[in-house]
Amino acid sequence: MKPNKNIWQSIRFSPLFKSIFRHGYDDTKQNKILQIRSNVFLHLHPVKVPAHAMKIRFTWCMGGITFFLFLVETITGILLMFYYRPVPEYAYQDMKYLEFDVPFGILLRNIHRWAAHLMVGTVMLHMLRVFLTGSYKPPREFNWVVGVMLLIFTFLLSFTGYLLPWDQLAYWAITVGTNMIRATPFIGHEGPFALLDKYNDVRFMILGGTEIGANALLRFYVLHIVVLPAAAIIFMAVHFWRIRKDGGISGPL
Amino acid sequence: MHTDVHKTEITRRSLLSLLGWGAFFTTLAISVPASIRFLFPRVLFEKPSTFKIGAPDDFRINGNSEHQVYETWKAEHSVWLVKEKNRIYAVHAKCTHLGCTPNWFPDEGVFKCPCHGSQFNRSGVNFAGPAPRPLDRLKISIGKDGMLVVDKSRVYTFNEFDKQGTYVEV
Repeated sequence: MKPNKNIWQSIRFSPLFKSIFRHGYDDTKQNKILQIRSNVFLHLHPVKVPAHAMKIRFTWCMGGITFFLFLVETITGILLMFYYRPVPEYAYQDMKYLEFDVPFGILLRNIHRWAAHLMVGTVMLHMLRVFLTGSYKPPREFNWVVGVMLLIFTFLLSFTGYLLPWDQLAYWAITVGTNMIRATPFIGHEGPFALLDKYNDVRFMILGGTEIGANALLRFYVLHIVVLPAAAIIFMAVHFWRIRKDGGISGPL
Repeated sequence: MHTDVHKTEITRRSLLSLLGWGAFFTTLAISVPASIRFLFPRVLFEKPSTFKIGAPDDFRINGNSEHQVYETWKAEHSVWLVKEKNRIYAVHAKCTHLGCTPNWFPDEGVFKCPCHGSQFNRSGVNFAGPAPRPLDRLKISIGKDGMLVVDKSRVYTFNEFDKQGTYVEV
């Protein structure tokens, strides 16, 4: 044997490697099942996927692309966090610093922004595809609801991210958006059946005040980087797992 | 044996279960409202709602117009002071559509909102765009020292414009 093949073999059969990857590449039915089921990430996925599920014209791969974009957002977002400070004194300056001085800062910021725009589009197209193929029907009705929650989380991630550059567009877009919240029934101070005033309604809770200031910026930041991604990850895990549990991907009409 | 007699008796298991779940739900019942309350700060670092703007005589109408808009307090307080022949009132510089700050165009005598294109005439009456009502006015009064005071916490909508407090006669 060639020497490098020997090295590979010694790694492949070392106790360390075998403790991480328990199953080899044997092309048997049992081994293929074990490969999927003994992997914490892949076990959400079905062991087998029907051939029609691989057809791009059936799925448009919109769910998969949305998930890919979520991963892109996570990675670029974590990198941006190393420079961005969510306080009024620094937020805009840090955004400018990323744009004009940090190596690859402008690239990362633009990837983060464009992937976010794309994700809103793909998640809606995914919803359209699921609707057109009738995949929302029983037994998949619960997964449709989980998907609607994920759509809302995507919108909220977009909305909270909108404020963070702390420029004119950000400020006025969030002004408009949070002024709509005033009209919430019962818990908004200008809505129907308003019970509260502007110092204790739902808008006050979201902004941490009556106007958009330091508290609002910090709250949107925390929602954007922790609360909403965590919620989205939990719901995505359920969403993917439910596909398998509800009998795999739906068939062609 | 004692099977029937002890059916309704509290066993060690049911007592501990009751205590355990009781403690769990008590903690939840306290910590959930407390966490919600936590999100409502007591002290706000926002501008005070009341501020002085000067003596009534400081405001004059330039030229032969019957109407003068003062933009002095717009940037800091979102308020226009309007001087008419016999009165002064404070217009809230906040679009009645969704709260953007409109701009005053003195040559046209029009307030225009940059966000969605609402327009208001010199009296603040909406005539274009999505704004549902005229610009609101704010409470204005003369303090003990004879200076005009604007109170932003009292907002008057157009059907209250004849009320006391919406303007000061001069």
